[in-house]
Amino acid sequence: MADLKVKIGSLELKNPVLTASGTFGYGEEYADFIDLSQLGGFIVKGTTLHHREGNPYPRMVETPSGMLNAVGLQNHGVDYFINTIYPRIKDIDTQIIVNVSGSSIPDYVAVCEKLMPLEKINAVEINISCPNVKQGGMAFGTTCMGAESVVNAVRKAYSKTLIVKLSPNVTNIADIARAVEATGADAVSLVNTFLGMAINTETRKPYLSTITGGLSGACIRPIAVRMVWQVANVVKIPVVGLGGIMNGRDAIEFMLAGATAIQVGTANFIDPAITIKIIEYIENYMNRHNVTDIKELIGGVL
Amino acid sequence: MKKYIKNFEVKANLHLNELYSVLKLTPVDGLMPDMYPGQFVQVLIENSGHTYLRRPISINFLDKEKNELWLLVRGAGEGTKSLLRIDVGSILNLVLPLGKGFSLKSERALLVGGGVGVAPLLLLGKTLNEHGTDVSFLLGARSGADLLLVDEFAKYGTVFLSTEDGSIGEEGLVTCNSAMQSDFDIIQCCGPLPMMKAVAKIARRRGIECEVSLENMMACGLGACLCCVEDTVSDGNVCVCKEGPVFNINELKWQI
Repeated sequence: MADLKVKIGSLELKNPVLTASGTFGYGEEYADFIDLSQLGGFIVKGTTLHHREGNPYPRMVETPSGMLNAVGLQNHGVDYFINTIYPRIKDIDTQIIVNVSGSSIPDYVAVCEKLMPLEKINAVEINISCPNVKQGGMAFGTTCMGAESVVNAVRKAYSKTLIVKLSPNVTNIADIARAVEATGADAVSLVNTFLGMAINTETRKPYLSTITGGLSGACIRPIAVRMVWQVANVVKIPVVGLGGIMNGRDAIEFMLAGATAIQVGTANFIDPAITIKIIEYIENYMNRHNVTDIKELIGGVL
Repeated sequence: MKKYIKNFEVKANLHLNELYSVLKLTPVDGLMPDMYPGQFVQVLIENSGHTYLRRPISINFLDKEKNELWLLVRGAGEGTKSLLRIDVGSILNLVLPLGKGFSLKSERALLVGGGVGVAPLLLLGKTLNEHGTDVSFLLGARSGADLLLVDEFAKYGTVFLSTEDGSIGEEGLVTCNSAMQSDFDIIQCCGPLPMMKAVAKIARRRGIECEVSLENMMACGLGACLCCVEDTVSDGNVCVCKEGPVFNINELKWQI
């Protein structure tokens, strides 16, 4: 029997398949299609200190093998999550990770402090890479100093597993990864979306209300794989890989590039049951390749 | 209401004209999910080069005797055009049923549709008719050749027609049709946004309840990605795919 268990910081996952923040709601949206307890875990929608309405419509446009979005962290705030959503999802037998975003360092810290006592939330993913908000977000994630300042402050307030989600919109993602590792992150996840733009040539207007947005989907996969490989080569902490994973083969590709776990994002929109198929594929792949422990695959590119 | 990912076999592909087809689909496992008028499905497009996401399409009709689900498809882009060409016997993968539908309690209902927006009104009209509602349809199009499924609508209520060129029915837009002046408990409308706003304006002025079905650009269809939002009075930005696509106009922040 293949062993699919992996560890991210002190967080034990029954398998390496997670879902990407912002693509999976609070898990409940997919409960009709899959048994959520089969997942390694799921990462809930980006959560901020206060309620956010997000950006005006239109927020998405389809692009070749992908899509641009400009949601802008619409959520009801951390208190609503704790009081209303957490009680509904806490008994699902899987790891629930909260993606945390903020427009200032005290915001990040305050959200993490509020999440700290929740028994079933044993990790946060710090989003310093959202391309769709005016303040904070990606601004923190595009310089080593900005990334360090957030991680340093959150680390002091949050003793459970701290994952930092990195932006690909940088010159050298490995430098940022090294900086957050040195500041105390338990893991990095990469990549968030690539900043992109699309114009309706008939109306001459951008498709998105915010003009630019975040590109996701299969079209970004080779760049994401390259970045995961670059980062995994220079950090000792686990790397969580994401970016255009559409199927089990793609998940294996990220693990071979150095990812300890993977996140499925946009693919959930096309096949709401894709995560379970990916887990099955990984098991079959391991049997086919005589791999008994999935950790043998991590960074296994030849 | 439980949602499913289900394969359907294409039993018929009726080309209404160059732009429109009715696809008649039957579940491969024989089990048709429960669904309500105004809900929609997300269709996986498999043989179209650049189509990445599913395509949201209204439930047009449910033929319970034949166990068929009808989709009225307009070939708007590459993805939907590939559906117009689909062969009988092909398999389509659907996620369904999605969203919340029209309200079904009224004594006299006017169902107003334009273009592909007539799609959900057929099942709505049939269902209301079965509930004892006096149903009228007001269907609009550019010309007579663009009017869709008129014979089907006529089975479940009185049909009023408007064409911009006056080739069939009254000349002009649906908002100018004399049917708009009759008394109804509710006007339920689906069509292009300017048409829905114009109808909503008349309904509000006349103090008639009004529901509209929105078609904001969406990705997941499940309320997960938060892309298709509409600004509402009670809850701010809500997902059209989950809290809609049908809204009472009093919930919308339309300037009408």
